[in-house]
Amino acid sequence: MSDTADTREKLVEAKGLYKHYALKSDKLFAKKRYLKAVDGVSFDIYKGEFFGVVGESGCGKSTTAKLVLDMEHPTKGSVLFKGKEVGKLKPKEWRAIRLDMQMIFQDTLGALDPYMCVGKQIQEPLEIHNIGDPKKRKQMVLDILDAVSLKPIFYDRYPHELSGGQRQRIVLARALIVKPQLLVCDEPISALDVSIQAQVVNLFKRIHKELNLTFMFISHDLRIVKHVCNRIIVMYLGRVVEEAESDELFANTLHPYSQALISAVPSLTPDSQAKRIMLHGDPPNPIDLPKGCRFASRCPKCTPRCLEAEPELVDMGNNHKVACFLVTDK
Amino acid sequence: MSDNVKNEKVQYEVLSGVVGQESKIRKVFRKVPPLIMLCMAWLLFMFIVAIFWESFAPMDYEAQDLGNRLSVPAIFGGSDTTHFLGTDSLGRDFLSRLIRSIRTSLLIAFCGTLITAVLGTTLGFIAAHFRGWVDEAIMMLVDFQYSLPFMILALLVIAFFGNNVVFFVFLLGIEGWNKYARMSRGMALSAQNNGYAVAIRQLGASPFRLYTKHILPNVSNILIVELTLNFPQKILAETSLSFLGLGVQPPDTSLGSLLSFGRAYMMTNWWLAVIPGLTIFLTTLSMCLLGDWVRDTIDPTIRK
Amino acid sequence: MHLKYFLMKTLRALLTSLLLVVFVFFVLGITWDPAQSMLPDDATEEDMVEFRAMWGLDKPLIEQFWVYCKNFVHGDFGQSYKDGRDVFEIISQRLPKTVWLMGMSIIFSIIFGLPLGIYAALHRNSFGDRFVMGAAVFGFSMPNFFLGIMFILLFSMKLHWLPSAGSDTWLHLLMPMITIGLSRMGSYARYTRSAMLNVLSKQYCITAKAKGASRKRMVYLHALPNAAIPIVTVIGTSIGHMVGGGVVIENVFAWPGIGRLLVTSVAVRDLPVVQAIVIILGLSMVLANLLVDFTYGLLDPRIRVTAGDK
Repeated sequence: MSDTADTREKLVEAKGLYKHYALKSDKLFAKKRYLKAVDGVSFDIYKGEFFGVVGESGCGKSTTAKLVLDMEHPTKGSVLFKGKEVGKLKPKEWRAIRLDMQMIFQDTLGALDPYMCVGKQIQEPLEIHNIGDPKKRKQMVLDILDAVSLKPIFYDRYPHELSGGQRQRIVLARALIVKPQLLVCDEPISALDVSIQAQVVNLFKRIHKELNLTFMFISHDLRIVKHVCNRIIVMYLGRVVEEAESDELFANTLHPYSQALISAVPSLTPDSQAKRIMLHGDPPNPIDLPKGCRFASRCPKCTPRCLEAEPELVDMGNNHKVACFLVTDK
Repeated sequence: MSDNVKNEKVQYEVLSGVVGQESKIRKVFRKVPPLIMLCMAWLLFMFIVAIFWESFAPMDYEAQDLGNRLSVPAIFGGSDTTHFLGTDSLGRDFLSRLIRSIRTSLLIAFCGTLITAVLGTTLGFIAAHFRGWVDEAIMMLVDFQYSLPFMILALLVIAFFGNNVVFFVFLLGIEGWNKYARMSRGMALSAQNNGYAVAIRQLGASPFRLYTKHILPNVSNILIVELTLNFPQKILAETSLSFLGLGVQPPDTSLGSLLSFGRAYMMTNWWLAVIPGLTIFLTTLSMCLLGDWVRDTIDPTIRK
Repeated sequence: MHLKYFLMKTLRALLTSLLLVVFVFFVLGITWDPAQSMLPDDATEEDMVEFRAMWGLDKPLIEQFWVYCKNFVHGDFGQSYKDGRDVFEIISQRLPKTVWLMGMSIIFSIIFGLPLGIYAALHRNSFGDRFVMGAAVFGFSMPNFFLGIMFILLFSMKLHWLPSAGSDTWLHLLMPMITIGLSRMGSYARYTRSAMLNVLSKQYCITAKAKGASRKRMVYLHALPNAAIPIVTVIGTSIGHMVGGGVVIENVFAWPGIGRLLVTSVAVRDLPVVQAIVIILGLSMVLANLLVDFTYGLLDPRIRVTAGDK
């Protein structure tokens, strides 16, 4: 581990997170089965960082985000926010900590109450936490609308009257109005038109810089992640397979899965089209995971050893961690 | 051409169910069918009579005139010109008694409907919120209510506890609560998974705030429909029990008890039974038609 | 076999029954002292103690409940306070009359309600459809006691065709049966219509039509069996309404069933009779609902999938 990492303040520490969902069965005395959405995930998010989480849909990215925000309770493991375990807070502390961590959703129409004008909704966190008086609150809403580049007339609009990009700004405004420290974005732009994505991404970047926020940015789109994130983890079926600084990850990809992901985006590998790695088959069922490395069934470089044991995340130096026998055993 | 565009817009708005309030009300009133207008007019008239009953009633509804019993009014070919609808078996002015009865029946039904709505919806929300054994217990009560017809339950309770007006209103409040509970539970469960509920909870809002400020407005359409369909049931339940002599007790009078007393004089003074009966019927019919229409207008996707 | 579904439903029914008996017993036990209401006003304190000992009323409530349940299983419901007759005997005289009236009313409303609903669905928006649907609303917003009285006024008093009270002949049955049946008929027709319309708009019916199946074949082979599921449910759950309405109608036509007995017993607070009737009616309702659930489970293969998440 290098010294630079230790000098920075850790905002979030995820320690060995597991989240298993019990499946309902129609048989009376069947053995309980579990869906292992998150299966042993650890990472730190440093203050001021733009932290990216990448992976296919169903790999446990969103569940990880919910665990960090304590919207779901982990089956095992813990999340520390500013050194305090979020799962063990008293109700009062829990409410207070809501101000420090905010979330942005993929489905912006769903994230807003269709029967309330958006201005009132942006104002709601202030009412919940008793910040300011009605007059001051309205002024704060207008200020924040300005900060996300929306005109004051939007105050009285209803969600269905706005475009996807405008709604995402409203959701962002609602999150920012309480001046949080951590902003978790779960696929915030994948539902938007491509033409608007760039605008919103740049808005995120600007806000990150201006407000000195810490971002946890979840996406399956590697181009955007590369564009905005400092540090990235790659997840596969509930596990972290690779973790590195953004530049390092794209320059020196170690895990075969990450390689396949990156090679699938032509603009990230301009030098050669031939290098594209095709993955075959589907990911195994997260309910009945096979023994060994969970990527083995699709891995183009799979060895007999991969079918027997599960690789652990190993630091390869330069803050670059990877979980693959092919790399770590060399 | 422009009509097409307008239709599409209306359709979109109806489907998404998120039209701004004013425009919805205006639109609704523009296409009210004449029959529904008539229903509204009748109900409005009934409610005005119920509210200002004292100014409408020509005489004291309790004043007896034993010398002038069962008089036949002029409109039914009789000689009595002072009493517009004649008198009953104790010589009381029938019109005044009718007006008083309308007030009693509507007031009881109205209060009962509100109690049911609040009780049922709250229990449904509680079940959906706490899940687990609380949910199980409330759903158990719902099943229990389904297996015990309200009429039978009401008779049992009246047999044990006797009767008075306040008690009776609360008893009627039990009628149909299970429907609200089932419905609001289902809606709250699905609303909880909606993004906005998750988002607002994540903001640190209390469950109370979530349910009253967000989920309730979102499900209000369905609840209003249920309210209009429940109201006639309340009138029927109250008048049935009063008809059996177990509901509203003398000296007060309801449409049900009025009908029950009029029954004995059907050969000579048929209107004593027919007029209260028709009043009940027209009121429930109007409310049913109105409820059906509101349901189809507000949300074409609700079908029951 | 979707055993879990049936087991769960049975368990629920048993629990509901237990809840019913407990509810009826304890409401009585807590609110009412038989010694005070049964003995004459000048009874001494000693008489009361003796009375309580005789009927086991001095024992703890739980023990009384146990005895009550045991007697109940043996068909012993106690004695009427009004005339001291055995409650079981009184009820068993009245019950067949009510079952007869209810059964005939259900059959009447199904025989007329379902075909009318199917007709309305197949001739959607025709004059016939509108008439049937209008009549249905008319039917269930009409207070049944008022309808009954109007029938009496017309057929008994003016025309002298039918007797207005009693239960001796088929003619006696006619008016109460039609009065109860009409409102049910309306709602059955409505539900049948909407269930049929729902099914007819489904893909498999459209496919059947596209395959060139005859209209008759489509209706009877494809649409009806699928529409039957919601219809059965509605008929099952409406029995409760019917029993409730029957109580009123039995009083209008002086029909000597348990509905009439119930109202007279409530009026004089003859509690053992009330209690027994409520329990019997409640248990039959639980049974009826259970049967509906079973039918539902057998008719609908999808139950297997959704049994887990109710």
